[in-house]
Amino acid sequence: MTETLINIEKPVLKVRDLSIAYEAGKYAVKEINADIESKAITAIMGPSGCGKSTLLRAFNRMHELYPNIKTKGAIYLNDKDIHEMSTIELRRKIGMVFQRPNPFPTMNIYENVIAGYKLNGIKLKRSERDEIVEKSLTNVTLWDEVKDSLFKKGTFLSGGQQQRLCIARAIAFNPEVLLLDEPTSALDPVATARIEDLLVDLKKDYTILLVTHNMSQAARISDNSMFMYLGELVEYGKTDTMFTNPKDPRTEGYLTGKFG
Amino acid sequence: MAVNKIPAFIDNIDGRNKKNKLFLGLVIAMSLLTVVPIFFIISKIIINGIGQINFNFFVQTSPDSLQAMTAITNNETIPGGIANGIMGTFLIVLVSSVMAIPVGMMIGIYLYENQDRRYSNILRNITEILQGVPSIVLGIISYLWIVKNITNGFSAFAGSVALSIMMLPMIIRSTEETMKMIPNEIREAAFAMGAPYHNVILRVLIPTGFSGLSTGILLSLSRILGETAPLMMTALGSSVINYNITKPTSAVPLLIWEFYNDPNMVKLVWSSSLFLMAFVLTLNILSRRIAAKRKIGKKR
Repeated sequence: MTETLINIEKPVLKVRDLSIAYEAGKYAVKEINADIESKAITAIMGPSGCGKSTLLRAFNRMHELYPNIKTKGAIYLNDKDIHEMSTIELRRKIGMVFQRPNPFPTMNIYENVIAGYKLNGIKLKRSERDEIVEKSLTNVTLWDEVKDSLFKKGTFLSGGQQQRLCIARAIAFNPEVLLLDEPTSALDPVATARIEDLLVDLKKDYTILLVTHNMSQAARISDNSMFMYLGELVEYGKTDTMFTNPKDPRTEGYLTGKFG
Repeated sequence: MAVNKIPAFIDNIDGRNKKNKLFLGLVIAMSLLTVVPIFFIISKIIINGIGQINFNFFVQTSPDSLQAMTAITNNETIPGGIANGIMGTFLIVLVSSVMAIPVGMMIGIYLYENQDRRYSNILRNITEILQGVPSIVLGIISYLWIVKNITNGFSAFAGSVALSIMMLPMIIRSTEETMKMIPNEIREAAFAMGAPYHNVILRVLIPTGFSGLSTGILLSLSRILGETAPLMMTALGSSVINYNITKPTSAVPLLIWEFYNDPNMVKLVWSSSLFLMAFVLTLNILSRRIAAKRKIGKKR
């Protein structure tokens, strides 16, 4: 499976022989090798049930929340094995945004942004907190919309605003990597476009891994693309090359709409 | 498609209508049969009890038989009140809540987190059995454990132990049901930030499920407020206001029983019942309102 590795200088994440099984012998992810480019958007595509969400969750070990999970192989974050790091340390460095916007319903917008600090019991001075909140919300272009209602509940925002709030919550911790699990699939086209612009903006500072169902979204904003099928990494390369000249017939079939 | 044969039921449409009306009447009659007694109970308690309700009723301790007899022969309202019972009830219920709520919530959260384990199923069954244990049996158990061995005498604490065991099943169940209602995305969001398990529970799950949890707690409180039998064997009763949990203590339902046994104080039975019923009713209505107001995940 070494052919799926593409040459990337100084990758931030390295996946080596990663296999994940939910039941003995039933692999959701099979022997994946990949290097992830730093400060770029890498899209993970594939039909439903191909293991793309499981792979994404493996990067911050969220897949371990499922019972009876078996993981083989390794993932290195800056040459350090993530299975040797504590989940608290790891998840501070690798933030995550989910499919449906999920701000904490009992917290207001301000508390939602600094929820990561609060939930980990990290004490901050008021000025530091204010700065983090303003900077994070500005980065996700939400500050102007909510600066007068910071102390209202986050659930009163629109879906797109809520999703940007969730991205702000993830980047408030200043992570190195941002994982996004189909972040726009519950949003309307206008909100989707804003999130896409935002992601292109954010890749200056963060390495972004994006699971998407939407091929045109991958084509629009990603630098590199992975195509997964039945748990295998079928093809991995520069997005431009892959969309114009796919090497594997399965990738071509998916991209031309023959299945998926 | 042409109708060749008229189905038999159309022939008999009048008979069907009559049957319908008969059945409707029967249903209405039966529902009245349940509503009417409640109406009579409430009106009887209010009519008989309201006469004794005044400020002193809430701040003075219960009168003795002689005072009551004198008042009745002079055609006055009976002096004194049920302050010893009210304070005792508060003390006993408070102590049992302090014991039952944290334990019950922890068990409920455990059951939710480990739904399919063998041990969870056993625990669930035990909870159900516990719910079916008659309250007087819990009173006997508490008598053996606490009165005989720990406080060496009747005490409010022994009553609290019996009542907290009664509260447990309801709190366990309502906690588990509430946790099931919290969207999984909320838990994932907390875990994705690396939050340690206890913080996910304390700062995310419990605040998010607050309305469900408090509804369960209020309902379990309203259930134990009227319990008399276990308290007879444990708290015993007291004619003075008592704040010491190792001493015998009165409670409103205990007072009702005492008043009932004294022919001079029958009037006080009604007013104490009125107080207890109004209190339980208020708790019930409050818990319903909380439940209706803050449905989890409604605004998403």
